[in-house]
Amino acid sequence: MSDALLPSQFSDLERYAATWCLPTERQRFAQRIASTMDEMQAFYDAFFPRAEEAITYCEKFPLDEMPEDAQRLLQLLYSLVMVSFPVEVWRQPHVPDSGAAYLDLVLEPTP
Amino acid sequence: MAQPRTAGSGTGFPKPAEGSWTAHYPELGTEPLSYEDSVSPKFYQLERQAIFKRAWLNVGRVEQLPRNGSYFTKELAVANTSIVVVRGKDGKVRAFHNICRHRGNKLVWTDFPREETSGNCRHFVCKYHGWRYELDGSCSFVQQESEFFDLDKKDYGLVPVHCDVWGGFIFVNLDAQPQQTLRDFLGPMINAIEDYPYDKMTERFYYRAEVGANWKLFLDAFQEFYHAPVLHAKQSPVSARPEVQAAGYEGLHYQLDGPHRLVSTTTGRGWLMAPEDLKPMERVTRSGLFGAWDAPEIGELPSGLNPGGSKWWGQDSFQIWPNFVILFWERGWYLTYHYWPTSHNTHLFEGNLYFVPARNARERLAHEMAAVTFKEFALQDGNTLEATQIMLESRVVKAFPLNDQEILCRHLHKVTADWVDDYKRKRAEA
Repeated sequence: MSDALLPSQFSDLERYAATWCLPTERQRFAQRIASTMDEMQAFYDAFFPRAEEAITYCEKFPLDEMPEDAQRLLQLLYSLVMVSFPVEVWRQPHVPDSGAAYLDLVLEPTP
Repeated sequence: MAQPRTAGSGTGFPKPAEGSWTAHYPELGTEPLSYEDSVSPKFYQLERQAIFKRAWLNVGRVEQLPRNGSYFTKELAVANTSIVVVRGKDGKVRAFHNICRHRGNKLVWTDFPREETSGNCRHFVCKYHGWRYELDGSCSFVQQESEFFDLDKKDYGLVPVHCDVWGGFIFVNLDAQPQQTLRDFLGPMINAIEDYPYDKMTERFYYRAEVGANWKLFLDAFQEFYHAPVLHAKQSPVSARPEVQAAGYEGLHYQLDGPHRLVSTTTGRGWLMAPEDLKPMERVTRSGLFGAWDAPEIGELPSGLNPGGSKWWGQDSFQIWPNFVILFWERGWYLTYHYWPTSHNTHLFEGNLYFVPARNARERLAHEMAAVTFKEFALQDGNTLEATQIMLESRVVKAFPLNDQEILCRHLHKVTADWVDDYKRKRAEA
């Protein structure tokens, strides 16, 4: 028995789990803003090639009956979506020219 | 001899016989627009009375009141009140001013008196002296009633607010006697979308932000897409940018109906696009700004969608007067926007995304991609508004040219002026 957060076939991604397995968009957005581009690029490079495999793993379960490790893997996928904008588009953590603008997600589906 | 230039003439989508959308509605004129209505504190005070205390306002959806006894409060700073909306024991949705009849305490709130709240109850009890109100608003208990003088509880029910439901959307009207029923107010163009399957789309992402700009500026920002190829240029993959910007933007169809307005546009069809023109994450999630590529089965759509009958149709943005927008994407989901003024140069923006509930992680991830993309765009829009407000307030420039793709902005400001003029006239007559 280990302290693994993710399903065993994704054990190579464990080093990102503590940082990026976050249940709410507010947390994921805050983590993105608090991260460097190098950190996000490393996470993206490690996970993006396995994204389809992770989706296939998660979709085996009904959404409301996902085991906890699969739920965390799904959260990791949400975080991949979150960092894809800085990594693929902006080349910086913030949306350009967004300055002090904010948009809080106050209600979101779970999981 | 040079031909007279027709606004927006080009090789794009067909325009009305008059040569432009704006000329099709001659009452709009083609003059440059003053934005004084967006910078004047005095005009804002008139708007509060003339518009927000007289028009029907959408304050929520019936899904927010799932059971008898479910309630939510709505802060309406623009109308200087808070209301409580509740589903009664008879299942009927009612609205009341959120004030105790005894000494004016706010009746329903949790922890913070200025914040909205929701829940379920059998009756409302005032925190201050324990007066109790039934869900139909009647006062049913007065603490130490015999201490009062000639007090009849029947005279001390909650103050009702006119309330009606359309397509599952709950509307209120703060006028003592609304000038129109809700459906007369909405008119044929809007009533033709009442039968959209809103009730199937219960997976909700709800965003809020305070924006440092007049409420009409954000409406303007989302009711023209002339800005999209420029402001959002960097959101296109590098290979597609010159093409996107050079193509510019043309709406498929514009329509006005009373104070309400519509723009229809095309959409991106990710599943038909070259991979290099897509973001890698779009390819993996099969989703993006326009929604999940794999649309849910939602049955027949109401005749009011795509009223221009365009074969390129991808989106309708219905701008429901004064501050409510319903935006339908061709991929079977919809969004709503609300713009709640808090002063002449600030407002609260609410954005809601509604999807058919995901059945599995793949569908849910596609919704996440659409929602995150929406926010990336909205953040760009939001900050531009503040920049606009700042410089409009300089009043250095007092007339601004609007092109044919900005017809809906022109209409919004005209309707605003018309409602304020009407209010002033009626007040003078009274």
